[in-house]
Amino acid sequence: MEIMYTIVALAIIIFSILTVTTRKILRSATYLLFTLFAAAIIYFMMDYEFLGGVQIAVYAGGIVVLFVFSILLTTSPGSNSEKLTNRRVWWGILAAVCTAGVTGWALLSRCAEIFATKPAMADYTMQDLGEDMLSTGHGGYLLPFEAISVLLLACIIGAVAVARKR
Amino acid sequence: MEIKLLYYLVPSLIMFCCGLYGFLTRKNMIAMLISLELMLNAVDINFTVINRYIFPDSKEGMIFTLFAIAIAAAETALAIAIIINLYRVTKKVETDEASQLKG
Repeated sequence: MEIMYTIVALAIIIFSILTVTTRKILRSATYLLFTLFAAAIIYFMMDYEFLGGVQIAVYAGGIVVLFVFSILLTTSPGSNSEKLTNRRVWWGILAAVCTAGVTGWALLSRCAEIFATKPAMADYTMQDLGEDMLSTGHGGYLLPFEAISVLLLACIIGAVAVARKR
Repeated sequence: MEIKLLYYLVPSLIMFCCGLYGFLTRKNMIAMLISLELMLNAVDINFTVINRYIFPDSKEGMIFTLFAIAIAAAETALAIAIIINLYRVTKKVETDEASQLKG
């Protein structure tokens, strides 16, 4: 478990830094794919198997393919992006380091020692998840489930209407 | 060695800050969208890990992540449709080139 954790944590850190620093945008999308896979492995390590499956299917299978398609449609392959101006980079680094510093200080000073062990979890099967999604009682998620289906329908119609050739 | 809650929060914090840096510095709209996905994923990891460690008997964090993934997919599809439509009009996908509402 420790070896697995070390590999996943290193992969997340290295690939997310590479995603934002590489100058070829197609490579950036590829590194994003690796980061998303590492996140899926974290979900599997947390015993949420369905969530890990959804992460791989929707993000790695759907969104990254969309990104690659749109990159190939809009930029010529192999071209570098424009070199960033120094001022822009320094503002970005300043914002990122300030956020990391404040949040990291809060984390380290408040919850460095608490919640040290992963507690046992009651087995949450696919059947429980399906019944929760379609139940209207306490702990049921029928309303958000229906709302998100309407949202997805509206999004499909909107995407087709926006991208359609006139 | 026991893996603490903190050990999962630190990589996700670094992931979020990378996304922030990319979103502020990149000019290409698709690269900005990729950085946005990094930030969204960092938040999703936090929801799941905190749910698992602090409230192992409930499932709200996991369900919230499930809905967040679905909404992120919808948002990305719509944003890419808008970017491709903009490219068709202006032949550019950089933010500082798209300064006119009517191309």
